[in-house]
Amino acid sequence: MTLAPEKTDVKVQLRLADGWFTVCDLTLLTPGRGVAALLPDGNQAALFLDRAGKLYAIDNRDPFGGAAVLSRGLTGSHQGRTFVASPLLKQRFDLESGQCLDDETVRITAYEVRAA
Amino acid sequence: MTAALGATPTIVLVGHGMVGQRFLEALAERGLTATHRVVVLCEEPRPAYDRVALTSYFSGKTPEDLSMTDMAFIEAHGIELYVGDPAETVDRESKKVTARSGQVFEYDVLVLATGSYPFVPPVPNKDATGCFVYRTIDDLLAIEEYAKEIEVGAVVGGGLLGLEAAGALKGLGLTSHIVEFAPRLMPVQVDNGGGAALLRTIEDMGLSVHTGVGTQEIITDAAGAVTGMKLSDGSELATEMVVFSAGVRPRDQLARDCGLTVGERGGISVDEQCRTVNDPHVFAIGECALASDGRVYGLVAPGYEQAETAAATIAADEASFTGADLSTKLKLLGVDVASFGDAHGATADCLDVVYSDSRSGVYKKLVIGRDGELLGGILVGDADAYGTLRALTGSVPPISPEQLVLPAGSGGGAQLGPSALPDEAVICSCHNVTKGAIRGAVTDHQCATVPEVKKCTKAGTGCGSCVKVLGQLVTSELEANGVVVDKGLCGCFGQTREELYEIVLALRINTYQDLLDRYGRDDAKGGDGCEVCKPAVASIIASLAPTIGVSGYVLEGEQAALQDSNDHFLANLQKNGSYSVVPRIPGGEITPEGLIVIGEIARDFGLYTKITGGQRIDMFGARVEQLPLIWARLVDAGFESGHAYGKSLRTVKSCVGQTWCRYGVQDSVRMAIDLELRYRGLRSPHKLKSAVSGCARECAEAQSKDFGIIATSNGWNLYVGGNGGATPRHADLLAQDLDDAGLIKLIDRFLMFYIRTADRLERTSTWLDRIPGGLDHVRDVVVEDSLGICEELESLMTAHVSSYADEWASTINDPEKLARFVSFVNAPDTPDPVVGFVPERDQIKPDLPLLSIGLRPGAAEEVLEGSAQR
Ligand code: SRM
Ligand SMILES: Cc1cc2nc3c(=O)[nH]c(=O)nc-3n(C[C@H](O)[C@H](O)[C@H](O)COP(=O)(O)OP(=O)(O)OC[C@H]3O[C@@H](n4cnc5c(N)ncnc54)[C@H](O)[C@@H]3O)c2cc1C
Ligand code: SF4
Ligand code: FES
Repeated sequence: MTLAPEKTDVKVQLRLADGWFTVCDLTLLTPGRGVAALLPDGNQAALFLDRAGKLYAIDNRDPFGGAAVLSRGLTGSHQGRTFVASPLLKQRFDLESGQCLDDETVRITAYEVRAA
Repeated sequence: MTAALGATPTIVLVGHGMVGQRFLEALAERGLTATHRVVVLCEEPRPAYDRVALTSYFSGKTPEDLSMTDMAFIEAHGIELYVGDPAETVDRESKKVTARSGQVFEYDVLVLATGSYPFVPPVPNKDATGCFVYRTIDDLLAIEEYAKEIEVGAVVGGGLLGLEAAGALKGLGLTSHIVEFAPRLMPVQVDNGGGAALLRTIEDMGLSVHTGVGTQEIITDAAGAVTGMKLSDGSELATEMVVFSAGVRPRDQLARDCGLTVGERGGISVDEQCRTVNDPHVFAIGECALASDGRVYGLVAPGYEQAETAAATIAADEASFTGADLSTKLKLLGVDVASFGDAHGATADCLDVVYSDSRSGVYKKLVIGRDGELLGGILVGDADAYGTLRALTGSVPPISPEQLVLPAGSGGGAQLGPSALPDEAVICSCHNVTKGAIRGAVTDHQCATVPEVKKCTKAGTGCGSCVKVLGQLVTSELEANGVVVDKGLCGCFGQTREELYEIVLALRINTYQDLLDRYGRDDAKGGDGCEVCKPAVASIIASLAPTIGVSGYVLEGEQAALQDSNDHFLANLQKNGSYSVVPRIPGGEITPEGLIVIGEIARDFGLYTKITGGQRIDMFGARVEQLPLIWARLVDAGFESGHAYGKSLRTVKSCVGQTWCRYGVQDSVRMAIDLELRYRGLRSPHKLKSAVSGCARECAEAQSKDFGIIATSNGWNLYVGGNGGATPRHADLLAQDLDDAGLIKLIDRFLMFYIRTADRLERTSTWLDRIPGGLDHVRDVVVEDSLGICEELESLMTAHVSSYADEWASTINDPEKLARFVSFVNAPDTPDPVVGFVPERDQIKPDLPLLSIGLRPGAAEEVLEGSAQR
């Protein structure tokens, strides 16, 4: 599914415990780059859009370095899985599952996300 | 004092030259340093150094660079090294050596490695002020000092060393003459045809050559200083300096004095084990020895073999030295001269195959035996094939000799790769390493790169002339082992960075997606790419922006998505998620007003300030949403991006130079500023650093930079490939005494050639060490324009310079771009609460709610980006 960019009223939404949370207009996302969103509970999510128009959301905090910067990492794909590499020490996180691809004991929250 | 003869037997080595040092290493390798007391008497004021590379002193190498002695090695093996203390007498009866200091050493084994001394023909006034020889570092220091006061110099002797010396005099700014008694230059190595080709090229370089004349007398003035020389044809040559380079003689006096047999023409007579023929307790190795084949070898490789032989014999292993190859390759002021094997065709019934092109100064001769075997040859002007041909000597080449000498591209010419060589072929004659040993290093010891093979086999660590062949062998061996050397950039592209650069440039491909979809690997086409190729391609596109018709602004359109995360925010990410801000301060020069602006901004935003190692000021602790506000003020005050975040030009450091410094000979600050402004914003495979020093004292540390400039009284010397970081490397001299325009032209070409051919994250230092042909090749390309691309390189740089715009100025004027500088897309006014600070030394530092900090397994190296290699 590729979304036509002129549909400016399309919103990006995250599924939180109590339902869908609207973050921003889809147009604010650039394919291949992330943005950070502040969640009602004070946590942060990193949102990404890939070239095919697919959306992803994971926790924004780098569990290795401690800073909330995953939204600023570079994305890529590895064996069909889309990931973001942390801008701190470059560990990669699967964008769909939150699994760290470089350390199997580490996994961060992944959120369900949709454009509506 | 007499050193007591303890329980451990003593080996005394007299002479710590190249061969002496190699002997010590051979002792250590055989464990003899553990079982023996080892005493070394070294006459020169410094321990063993690389005499072969002596002349490189004049192109910037220091005596320390030339050293071959690792003091840690000497200490670790408990070797007693007495520097500046020569042996004066040997008493073979009581087995004692007395040194000049009066120390007496008893020995069980004595090894003489006293080398040779330069022969000075017995002409009147040969010792006048202004007469020199060319053998030691001290000789060079004396020549350099004397040359400062004079304008003309002459070298007596047109052999290998004489040409080197004459080249050095010319490099010191003297008009230089060569006087050779024989009818041609390098009479030992080349024949008349080769001599003629060499003569033309040497004369074209501005050296005056006088062949077929002898020196009869040195003429001096009343004070006894040289003013000229009388030649055997009756003419007089005006010169203020004479350097004798008329051959060497073995230093065998010590041996003569203690009754050892020496040859008729000198040299301590030894047997095949390098033991003196009179005394089984005494050995002689290196240039002082007369080998069992009746020859005194004046080259280092045979000396090394003798050192190994002597050490093996002392260890009671079997070894012998029965003779060696006299092949040599010389590169003098850019002319290649090589001779190998039976170069003069002394073998009965041999035939010559000659190719001669006097126009370009190329002469090649191969000597072919009766059965078609290659016996030897001479190459002048183009010695690329030297490594292969030398190794083929003694066998029948797989293609005809005519094809071997014809230039490639002439129709008949054929290049013979080193894969055609037999395993016994000696590839590195300095260290006697065969092709088989090199293949073994790759196959059995898993060396996958030239540096690893060098370390493992020592091949290529002597004169360096075999490195090219070495590289070819390593690649072909890896390929033969089925190691598909996937040279691709990453999982998305099968091409190297260099190939991608060529594709982008030639086909004017100006988006990453287009490149990936058309040239990516099949399973990557249409995909998202990865964190490796995106920034690499972004850098290529940015370097070529004006030429391929895209915006030079790295946040424009698709380019923004490709940038590394620092480039994306035009600032450097710090550990707690805040950023640092580094405005450009060209040449390190800043006005008081500029300092005040920076001070005020840092104070107003509460930033930590520090003077960087790059002569500028870094402000740390800015939150992402503060960046545009800070930059608006900086831009307003006339500052621009310092690109501290980019793989691009960082700083051009400068010393204060001629304007203030009493030693300065050029305006180094002005040049540094000019260069920094010229190359600012230039995206490259790795960061680029430069520095300009106002004189040879080098306060700006230019030799540790990617391109460093040192002022001379005649202009500028350009050094390239320097590096600090984890593996420091001193830069190599690329060209001397350039004027301003010449300097800039050369840097333009050098940088564009580097950007074109380097690998991703490959700094100029590693690039220079990796590319085939190394510095010589780069010099050929950028100075001589051997590939005919200099015009294109220059125009690419001109395009970059004229299209440069400050990216922070562009950003603060673009509301859409500014919208990205927020902590949260859904709460643009809220700062990131994770970013916190605590006070330290009157400023701030990051406060991190610390989590476990770990590296991605195997990524430790990649974090040190500069050292990451494919
Ligand atoms: C700020 C500074 C240290 C300081 O407080 O003085 C610094 C800071 C960093 N250096 Fe440096 N280097 C700084 C001068 C140097 C110097 C000295 C010089 O330039 O004369 C060197 C040695 C010279 C050289 O580069 O060869 C130096 C050698 C390195 C290296 C090793 C490079 C190499 O080729 O081995 C790295 C790692 C890399 O780039 O891959 C590095 C990387 C870094 C990084 C980018 C590490 C990182 O990724 O976070 C640091 C980020 C700075 C920031 O956040 O602003 N820094 N770094 C200096 C900034 C100079 C400037 O004004 O731009
Ligand atoms: C400018 C130049 C360029 C050269 N280029 C090449 C080249 O390209 N290829 C090549 O193969 N060869 C080259 N050579 C030759 C090469 O340097 C020599 O073959 C090599 O150095 C010989 O080593 P060695 O140890 O026998 O003698 P040396 O290196 O001369 O060492 C002998 C040492 O013994 C010391 N000594 C002498 N007497 C005493 C004593 N009584 N007590 C204590 N110490 C003593 C001397 O001071 C000296 O330091 C070049 C030489 C020069 C000068
Ligand atoms: S390099 Fe030379 S000119 Fe520059 S400051 Fe040092 S001494 Fe002075
Ligand atoms: S031949 Fe001299 S280093 Fe190999």
